[in-house]
Amino acid sequence: MTRALVRFAPSIALALAALSPLVLPTYQVAVVTYVMIAAVACLGLVLMTGIAGMVSFGHAAFVGLGAYVSGYLSSQLGWPAWIGLACAVIAAALAAGLIGAITVRMSGHYLALATLCFGISFYFLVGNSEMLGRFNGLTGIAPVSVAGFELRSERQTYYLVLVMLVLVIAWCRQLLSSRTGRVLRSLRSGPVIAETFGANAHHYRLMAFVLAAVIGAVAGWLYAHVQRFLSPTPFGLTASIDYLFMTVIGGSGQIWGALLGAGLVTIIKHELQDVLKFVFGPTTRLELLVFAAIMIVVLQKARRGLWPFLEQRFATAIAPVAGIEPAILPRRRAKPAHGLTVLSASRLRRSFGGLLAVDGISFDVKGGEILGILGPNGAGKSTLFNLISGALSRSKGELSFLGSPSSKASARDMCRRGLSRTFQHAALVQDMTVLENVAIGATHLGRCGLFASSLRLDRVEERQLLGWSMHLLDRVGLADKAFELAGNLSLGHQRLVEIARALAADPVLLLLDEPAAGLRTNEKAVLADLLAELRAEGLAIVLVEHDMDFVFSLADRLMVMNFGRRIAVGRPEEVRADTGVQEAYLGVAA
Amino acid sequence: MNTDVALILLQDGLVNGAIYTLLATALVLVFSVTRVIFVPQGDLVAFTALTLSAFEAGQRPGTVWIVAFAAAGALSLEMIEAARQRDRARAVRSVLRFGVIPAVVILALFLVPKSAPLFWKMAVSAALITCLGALIYRIVFQPMAAASPLVLLIAAIATHLGLNSIGLHVFGPEGVRTEGFSGSPLALFGMIVTSQAAGVLASSVVVVAALYIFFRFSLRGRALLAAAHNRRGAEIVGISTVAAGRTVFVLAGLAAAVSGLLVGPTTTLYYDSGFILGLKGFVGAIVGGMAVFPLAAAGALLVGTVEAFASFWASAYRDVIVFLLIIPVLFWRSVSTLAPEDGLE
Repeated sequence: MTRALVRFAPSIALALAALSPLVLPTYQVAVVTYVMIAAVACLGLVLMTGIAGMVSFGHAAFVGLGAYVSGYLSSQLGWPAWIGLACAVIAAALAAGLIGAITVRMSGHYLALATLCFGISFYFLVGNSEMLGRFNGLTGIAPVSVAGFELRSERQTYYLVLVMLVLVIAWCRQLLSSRTGRVLRSLRSGPVIAETFGANAHHYRLMAFVLAAVIGAVAGWLYAHVQRFLSPTPFGLTASIDYLFMTVIGGSGQIWGALLGAGLVTIIKHELQDVLKFVFGPTTRLELLVFAAIMIVVLQKARRGLWPFLEQRFATAIAPVAGIEPAILPRRRAKPAHGLTVLSASRLRRSFGGLLAVDGISFDVKGGEILGILGPNGAGKSTLFNLISGALSRSKGELSFLGSPSSKASARDMCRRGLSRTFQHAALVQDMTVLENVAIGATHLGRCGLFASSLRLDRVEERQLLGWSMHLLDRVGLADKAFELAGNLSLGHQRLVEIARALAADPVLLLLDEPAAGLRTNEKAVLADLLAELRAEGLAIVLVEHDMDFVFSLADRLMVMNFGRRIAVGRPEEVRADTGVQEAYLGVAA
Repeated sequence: MNTDVALILLQDGLVNGAIYTLLATALVLVFSVTRVIFVPQGDLVAFTALTLSAFEAGQRPGTVWIVAFAAAGALSLEMIEAARQRDRARAVRSVLRFGVIPAVVILALFLVPKSAPLFWKMAVSAALITCLGALIYRIVFQPMAAASPLVLLIAAIATHLGLNSIGLHVFGPEGVRTEGFSGSPLALFGMIVTSQAAGVLASSVVVVAALYIFFRFSLRGRALLAAAHNRRGAEIVGISTVAAGRTVFVLAGLAAAVSGLLVGPTTTLYYDSGFILGLKGFVGAIVGGMAVFPLAAAGALLVGTVEAFASFWASAYRDVIVFLLIIPVLFWRSVSTLAPEDGLE
């Protein structure tokens, strides 16, 4: 029963929304219209704040930009509203591109404050502009007309807004489940995942910023042609804060959260305003106090917003049904011949202030070989990994990959050249499914971008990428967990998902940082078999691991590090016999 | 523009800058200890002037009720927690601590006659606002002390919104201007300096110097600095980060109150004027990377000066110029400090 209900919930909601103007009084129809306009604006914020992790206190400025561009063209030049829409979208995209080029490089609260600044500036700029009617406003905006029919009444504009809202939701859902969307969704936990798998995180952050602005401008356009009068007030800082609060209260990570938040906030505010005005007189704005209080409680107790609470109740019901067949990519990178040197490092050095974390390390890895790296905690193993994978720049030394030198550190570039890695602390996107997480690994193998996925031209490629990801999940033994959220997996299984994700990039060199930590004995055996298989296929593997039995039984060669230096290298039995190693690592008594 | 005008503008800028310096110093202080960007500080500035103005008019300021309600709220939170932990000592301690606040409230209600000297009215206004600073910490920020700076920023903005709405309710929409330092203008290096300007500069220097001495030489101040540098580490050596947070919010409330007393006579203040004032102090703080006090002070003086000149050339766009000025500074700071990525959760 609930399953069916959840499945058809969107259609039921849509039907209700379509029928309600026929029964509701005019005033309520107008209120719902404004709720829906706010919901469109909030969808932009969901993309930017909830999905890509950039908080904006200036969203209303982009809503205002869209409104004023179309409003001006309509009232002063008499241009039709649909051309106004195109101009509003273009103007917002250009403005956001310019502002974003500077601001999205900032992190955390710096970015939030920058948005606050341009949000306030927009309000004052418009309020002081003669052309836009100063603080008095802009009147005489024409209604939207469809096939020569003007949409003037509350009920007519209601349907216009509803249609636009449904279109924007459909587009967001489409985008978020695509290759581009998966990268966007990874950004909230930082740029590392995107960069490790060949995507330019900065580029994607900018994309989220611009998309948010464009969706905001669409909301502004709706506002301008529904209200048909514009003043700067609904686009000031308070409005930006309202949008942010709606999004956070509803649940900023989900599309439905925007709807829930916009609806709840607008409607409660309306009702509350009426009551408070009755009690405290007409000028009171105490409803804002109530909202501030709600917001603070939400931030203190339920930072993910209200939607996840609702979702939790139906979580089992909405698990998607599997419909993805495992498949192997049609074009794969050629594996290097056995024994060919894949990576060679000479005298790598990296210092952090006065600490020499890696001090003159040289080694090489060949195709079809597993190189184990051992060393006590703090020996510099993870730093070495970061140097090789391009996540850190080296202070000195040479690095060459498949015979060509890599001069500048860039994780993105190394991924495209065939290096792939896992992290010591599993770095999965917790609220994405396991399958989607693995598919992030295949990002650089796809071609379809924003436009292709908006127009659903990416279906063939998506089937390939997801099928390939399914195949790899199968190899690590987690195919049955493909549609669970990554955050619900045990730590050991999360590491296996990371391995599948690293393999999804179709690498020739695989760096594994403590892959067996947190696995049970039988799971370790399965992992060892998998690594041996991969070696037989010609992959070069570098393995950092604390489990001695695991490393000694699996590795072809071992390198031992201590205090950033290489103290031994050779076949496992040689290393085991090395007195230096015994003293430094296994202890003198050993 | 001739030299005379430039000098007057410069003086104007420095006087405003001195007030922003106070705000910036307090913002840096609060941020470095609690990672809260204390946006509502500006509201406290406006509330101070409105409180003082009510005293001057012989009325009981609405601030009294704000403080009384907030104190009741905070005390009940404290009691609930104490009851949950079955910690009787804590309950007694918090009752004692909160006992200070009703005392201030009663003082403000009954012991400030219209005929009282200006200084006494100022002192009681400042005491009320300082209590409010501490209460905001207890109610809003203490329960979420471990959250990321971004979440704390959103909470700070929510607090601002709440204060704004209470402000309108309690003080009404009218603006006020309070009495200033009286006295005849001084002549200094051929410039005429009003006694108000001299008073503002002197007070600002005294407060900033006092803060410096507190942090440099007192044990409490050093404990705060330790908490600012490393939260975990400070907790391990027995410095309570909750107490540290409370102390800086008290100091921030005090700094806001002093700023309010200083700015009140020069500008007409409304219930909602504080936000923009606070933001300008904030621009100064940002120049100092939210960490370096002298740089923050220099930044605040710069903001005051830019604002003065901007209002001469393009008065309507004064605020726009100041705020657009921040963006490059933010950019430079963000790139040079490598702040950690932090999401909403």
